[in-house]
Amino acid sequence: MIQHLIVLPVVLPLVAGILLLRSRQGVTRTKRLISVASTALLVLIGIALVAKAAGGEVTYYALGDWQPPFGIVLVLDRLSALMVLLTGVLALGAVVFACAGDDEKGSNFHGLFQWQLMGINGAFLTGDLFNLFVFFEVLLLASYALLLHGGGKARIQSSVHYVVLNLAGSSLFLIGVGILYGATGTLNMADMAVRLAELPAERDGLVKAGALILLVVFGLKAAILPLYFWLPRAYAAAPAPVAALFAIMTKVGIYSILRVYSLVFGESAGGLANLEQAWIWWFSLATLIAAGVGVLAARDLRLLVAYLVLVSVGTLLAGIGMGSVEAVSALLYYLIHTTLVTGGLFLLAELIGVQRGKAGTRLVKGRPLKQGGWLAGLFFVGAVGVAGLPPMSGALGKVLVMASAEGSQQAWLWPILLATGLAATVALSRAGSTLFWRSQGDAMGEALPRRQWFGVMWLLGASPLLVLLAGPITGYTLATAEQLANPEAMIHALFDAPMIKVDGATP
Amino acid sequence: MESLYAITTGVLTACGLYLTLRGRTFPVVVGLTLLSYAVNLFLFSMGGLTTDGAAILDGPGTYADPLPQALVLTAIVIGFAMTAFVVILAMRARSEAGNDHVDGRKREDGEGRA
Repeated sequence: MIQHLIVLPVVLPLVAGILLLRSRQGVTRTKRLISVASTALLVLIGIALVAKAAGGEVTYYALGDWQPPFGIVLVLDRLSALMVLLTGVLALGAVVFACAGDDEKGSNFHGLFQWQLMGINGAFLTGDLFNLFVFFEVLLLASYALLLHGGGKARIQSSVHYVVLNLAGSSLFLIGVGILYGATGTLNMADMAVRLAELPAERDGLVKAGALILLVVFGLKAAILPLYFWLPRAYAAAPAPVAALFAIMTKVGIYSILRVYSLVFGESAGGLANLEQAWIWWFSLATLIAAGVGVLAARDLRLLVAYLVLVSVGTLLAGIGMGSVEAVSALLYYLIHTTLVTGGLFLLAELIGVQRGKAGTRLVKGRPLKQGGWLAGLFFVGAVGVAGLPPMSGALGKVLVMASAEGSQQAWLWPILLATGLAATVALSRAGSTLFWRSQGDAMGEALPRRQWFGVMWLLGASPLLVLLAGPITGYTLATAEQLANPEAMIHALFDAPMIKVDGATP
Repeated sequence: MESLYAITTGVLTACGLYLTLRGRTFPVVVGLTLLSYAVNLFLFSMGGLTTDGAAILDGPGTYADPLPQALVLTAIVIGFAMTAFVVILAMRARSEAGNDHVDGRKREDGEGRA
């Protein structure tokens, strides 16, 4: 059983999703139980995977025992284990929140939610470029349906943009994968790295074209500057638990950039090494500026949080653009923080909107909130965390990212990052004072369900926890960054792994 | 054969791209479909074009690379499902917004006409 642990984050949500699909009508209680149990199990599996990967060992899992590089493999290293655990933690908060009633606003919420988890976990674990495409499609298809959950004009409109853009992105993904396969003759990422090292020079142009086309695709998922216009409307229109889960979706793009370009186009690729860095660096700074403007211009709390997601994307990409071990380590710490806190803020925005009645999440004068004290307190924690003010985890993450900048990078990164932080602080304090202090009339509505409170506190509580546990976590992220910088171990593990035996014995 | 194949793929891509950039949902859906056809053809050619070769390695004779064929099959299935989904989505958008513009509203200056 223990050797099959790696495949469980993909298989478990798949099975849970199928079970959830069987009972179409009613029995909401059973459905919720299955969904929450599956997600909670994913958290436990994530912890087990992190414990397994923490030692630095790279584990391959050959699906169906078809041997690499011909078969499809799953890879477990520190990075993929961390991402799977993060997905589980985020999803648990979102799914418990949804159990308060959001799941009944449309059909098959829980099934789709589980499949989305399957796609996300699969994308994090796969070691095969085409398989990455397939898992992208799985998570995208589920996300299309989840975005539409509950219906309504705004959701359908933003879905049209989201779906069309991502379909075009999928086409580009296939073109990129096709070019790389044509040039190298393999789809396994570690194997591709080996073949790139001994590739004749006349194919360099072809490989470069394929690699940069893939960068466009990952950039679309991660929402880099010219490719982010779908994000604010889609995230603002999505149902709260779905928007919270989508907080990890941009990180799938970031993860793909980290994985593909560190493994395939690492130092061993010769003239093609790190060809993405200069591009990402400048685009990340531009993304930060655009997101800062968006944060100031947003007139709706959900839209504001959506632009804060973009700020985090810009910060993370700047870390990739710098590329040093310290920068990657800092960006991984920031990634954990930003995923959980922005997810929590999406949930919190929903609670605030419900209690304000007609005014909703728009930043205008409205009714006072019935449970205003609690909501305001949570908003304060989330806002301080996401804007990057001490003592929350955002400040620590930002300091780590800034400290890893070297030479002329400092001159570019520091002012832009700090100005964006100021913009976020201004926008959030304006939003908070409008929402909680500028009110008229009497508070109405009912007390909020306990499940929703749990969802919000689970995610926002991560921020102080990340500060308390900063020592072990940064230790882990530093080890992860070192592992990423030395892909030889990963390539070695593929060809010398004990499981690759001709007698077909399963590991 | 190679040049014919390349021209076909190129023309399909160009048509698909043009239609995808149109302002109304139906041309966009058709454009995406054409684009996915072009991508499938492109993927198919990535293993090199071989005529009269089996897709199995049996001895020293010529054989066609079987992997792109498997990839194309996967891509076709996924593309088909996506097309079905986007058609339904376009119809829902049409009925909710009252028109078939991708932004859900017509531009007054007539810029967004299909």
